[in-house]
Amino acid sequence: MKKRRERIDRGIKARSEDVYALCSWREMLYLAGPRLLPAAAFLLLPLFLGVYWQKVMISVAVFALLAMSWDLLAQTGMISLGQALFFGMGAYVSGILNFYFGAPPWIAIPIATVLGGALCTLILLPVLRLRGIYFSMVTLIVPLMLVRIIEATKIFGGTEGLSGMTPLPSTLTEIYLATGVLLGVLFGLRRLMETDYGLVLKGIRDNDRSVTNAGINIYWFKTQALFISSTIGAFAGAFMTHVYMFVGMPVFALDYSILPIAAAVVGGGGTLAGATLGAVILVPLSEALRGIGGLRIVLYGLFLVVFIVAIPEGLFDYIQRKYHQMERWVEIDQ
Amino acid sequence: MSLPTALRVENLCKIFGRVAAVDHLSCEVRSGELIGIIGPNGSGKTTLVNLISGFVKPTSGRILYNGQDITRTAPHKIVCMGISRTFQMVRPFYRLPAYKNMIIPLYSPRVRQLAGGQYGDRNAVALDLLEEVGFERDAHVAYKPAGTLPQGYLKRLELAKAIALSPDLLILDELFSGLSLAEVASIVPVIEKLRLAGKTIIMIEHRLKELFRIADRIMVLNFGQKIAEGAAAEVMASEDVKKAYLGSEE
Repeated sequence: MKKRRERIDRGIKARSEDVYALCSWREMLYLAGPRLLPAAAFLLLPLFLGVYWQKVMISVAVFALLAMSWDLLAQTGMISLGQALFFGMGAYVSGILNFYFGAPPWIAIPIATVLGGALCTLILLPVLRLRGIYFSMVTLIVPLMLVRIIEATKIFGGTEGLSGMTPLPSTLTEIYLATGVLLGVLFGLRRLMETDYGLVLKGIRDNDRSVTNAGINIYWFKTQALFISSTIGAFAGAFMTHVYMFVGMPVFALDYSILPIAAAVVGGGGTLAGATLGAVILVPLSEALRGIGGLRIVLYGLFLVVFIVAIPEGLFDYIQRKYHQMERWVEIDQ
Repeated sequence: MSLPTALRVENLCKIFGRVAAVDHLSCEVRSGELIGIIGPNGSGKTTLVNLISGFVKPTSGRILYNGQDITRTAPHKIVCMGISRTFQMVRPFYRLPAYKNMIIPLYSPRVRQLAGGQYGDRNAVALDLLEEVGFERDAHVAYKPAGTLPQGYLKRLELAKAIALSPDLLILDELFSGLSLAEVASIVPVIEKLRLAGKTIIMIEHRLKELFRIADRIMVLNFGQKIAEGAAAEVMASEDVKKAYLGSEE
């Protein structure tokens, strides 16, 4: 006798894919739970954390935003290796507005978000026609190039950067601004990708010729996706400028490009929630490993490899499947 | 017949490297006509389709649609002018239900334009269109993931996606290839119906028997050149065509 694992959808999932008839509190909780849990965690946790872990949480939110910004581009078929461009652009625009024009954070951050996003979109506009690795290479190079430009021309403080930015009123304000935007972006983008508009974006990734053949200008849609994505990244950067009270060349560092990708891959790409989950795991892990010293990066890397090999589809998809399906072993005839 | 010319191809050339895929080709398609294009493998049929639909730009020559030059027009604009095509290789969204595959063409600016600025309920329109091409509504075939559907349905889905754009000129690139006789027989009435609705249709086919039954006129390509044109019987009687298909006697 051989055995085979059988997967059965749980009751409410099996009833229908997207139209639910809610009959009881239990069913409502079954559906709302996975959405309420992270929202509640992000909103309540800061109240119980110490100052150090509150800072870690800000970092989590920032990397989650960058990871989602990466995921949105990836879902539209653009693999970016340069989230640092978005982050750095937002950071510098907000820094410049605050430093040279004295704009307070609540004005500088929104302007930097939109303006930074628009600038990134403009910079990448000429390469939107490139596909695959060619697009990726350009996104990798542009932020590194900007660093050298700032270094060589000594504009905006040059290698020293600009310091003495106006801080946000309190750590709690910082946390709730970051987590509030994070939750908004997470649920907003997830909903957007479920609409017909989102379907067109995903269509560009899967088969761009077929989308063109539907009379749709894929470059216009790619531009829109790029703008949404770079706006999210620019917000993260603009926000961090006022948290650090400093902006300088490190904002274009490779960390801001690579870590979000790692988060999206560990959590599972194409879901946005996976990108957030990845950041929630990776950022605190990196902090927790700090005590170990020299081997920190090795352990961190090892952890990443194990994760990617063990759950290649991503943690979020894995959890989602376990949540919606029961598994049992059944005997089968040869 | 003195029907107006829908499509006119003038002296069209497309050279890939050192190979002329389409070589000084000129032809005309009249409005409301069903023209079949045949030819051995590599004779330039699909390149011709790619040129007309704008996916590939010609090396030289012109393409006129309803008198308008579309030689250098972007492919999505050509679609919005009323030319839509199917692809030989169907690549649907395998994980999505068949009817969700229809959403993207229904999102097209052309559909909105024709509907007077409104998109309406795309899901409902998608299901109607799929029923038209033979997705049995009672069997709920349209709700199944595209990846689980047999080739016959995928080709029909491809056809439905093209019809969704309400084209005036429809180009079907090897719609029948890989289908059983029964499947072909079930698609033919759909094409006949489109013809009755006044659509101009260009069919690239290898399935000659089925094609000859519905085509008004046949054009034969070989090495990117037109070697014969006319009614099915006279085309197949031509020496050049026999040679192209069977090889020369020497």
